[in-house]
Amino acid sequence: MSIFDIVGPVMVGPSSSHTAGAVRIGYICYKLIDEPIRKVEIGLYGSFLATGKGHGTDKALVAGLLGMEPDDIRVPESFELAEQAGMEVIFYAAKLAHANPNTAVLHMTGESGRELDIEAESVGGGRIRICKIDGLDANFSGDYPTLIVHNLDQPGHVTEVTSMLGHKSINIATMQLYRACPGGHAVMVLECDQEVPKESLKWLEHLEGILKVTYLSLKDD
Amino acid sequence: MAFSSLAEIDAYMKTNKCEFWEAVIREEARDSQQPEMDIVNRMTQMYRSMKEADEAYDDSLTSRSGLSGKNGKKMADYAATHKCMCGKFGGAVMARAIKMAESNACMKRIVAAPTAGSCGVVPAILITYERMTNTSENDMVKALFVAAGIGDVIARRASISGARGGCQAEIGASSAMAAGALAWLKSGSSHLITQAAAMALKSLLGLVCDPVAGLVEVPCVKRNASGAMNALCAVDMALAGIESAIPADEVIDAMREIGDLMHKDLRETGKGGLAATATGIAVAERL
Repeated sequence: MSIFDIVGPVMVGPSSSHTAGAVRIGYICYKLIDEPIRKVEIGLYGSFLATGKGHGTDKALVAGLLGMEPDDIRVPESFELAEQAGMEVIFYAAKLAHANPNTAVLHMTGESGRELDIEAESVGGGRIRICKIDGLDANFSGDYPTLIVHNLDQPGHVTEVTSMLGHKSINIATMQLYRACPGGHAVMVLECDQEVPKESLKWLEHLEGILKVTYLSLKDD
Repeated sequence: MAFSSLAEIDAYMKTNKCEFWEAVIREEARDSQQPEMDIVNRMTQMYRSMKEADEAYDDSLTSRSGLSGKNGKKMADYAATHKCMCGKFGGAVMARAIKMAESNACMKRIVAAPTAGSCGVVPAILITYERMTNTSENDMVKALFVAAGIGDVIARRASISGARGGCQAEIGASSAMAAGALAWLKSGSSHLITQAAAMALKSLLGLVCDPVAGLVEVPCVKRNASGAMNALCAVDMALAGIESAIPADEVIDAMREIGDLMHKDLRETGKGGLAATATGIAVAERL
């Protein structure tokens, strides 16, 4: 923890967990899908559902999906801005079994037809955690460049990814592996100390057994 | 920053012959591996953002729930008549605290200090002090480092989350932070920083988090004004030479224990206290 978690962040009110955290969830989703979003269905759960409207959680999530960060003064106008941008937004009450009180589930469709499912929680003080990507477990904060690779649960894919990163002199900060069942769909989540180049992501996408590559870049667009 | 007690900061100051704010900057630089200059620049930006938020108050706004707005202007108008029981300084502090908390409720840009719900206390005192004494921005930023150092120790030893420790962890922490910062500005003494912080926090121990309809509005907005005035009281006691009978770190530990003992209905769930009054329930049902 830093003293700037005590004095800071600069944010649009009223709640660090329900507003700043919600903008951040939307923003990380915006970075992950990496193209303008045409349609998003957002499920709110727990305290996000109960007190979200009064805290502007809905406007905050949409603001983030439009690429705004928690200190953007346009956050309260996000619904109008989404309409202008041609983003269709649907809210519903999510029914989840084991989720943190401040959780949102988002199903996004980008302009190329690319789809992305995210489950994320706001953990307090404006900090967040991505808990699921496309239905598989994940666990990352969005504080690092993050590479998410969905693949078939076969030998060799971890080596392919880590050798590529080593070759590009990218250091891995944390690494997690999850799978739905042996031989089924699997996901690896790698938080990195450096940015992964676009061409390396393209190279990964074309490997046999790799189903989907999603990447969180911290660079500005 | 990695100090886990105010006593540790005190010991560091003695060993390294430095001031409280210097200890905080150095430890943050070591911990984050950032140059000290970057940390000072970042804190200066935080202070400027507080001042921008203060100036951006809009008395035409009402929050989405309709529960907050317009009281900051009422307080400022009243304080300007010089009839204020708490004097010119106190009146201006209360007006600023309410304005900032109302801006927060109305989705304006603020600086969490330590939280969004308690964002009015520290800037109300610091900005008013700067305006009335013409203190340099440099010194105001040093005072903000003092506040951050106190808040960080509270976050480590106890909590700054209403959901975990009740309002004592939010308004209580902000009041202790503001008291320490002001004690340093007034006296230049690091001993008085901890005395003022201890007395400010002591007086708010046990304060529950009972927001009506679960929103950061009632009673949060007005508690920002009370928390700021509580800090002024603690600073004046410290400057008068009054000492806290219980050392600051032990007061923080007591805050943690009280938070642990506090029923969950009184920890930001919007189920107990003011939220559970007939009026509180009626408001929640209307929204």
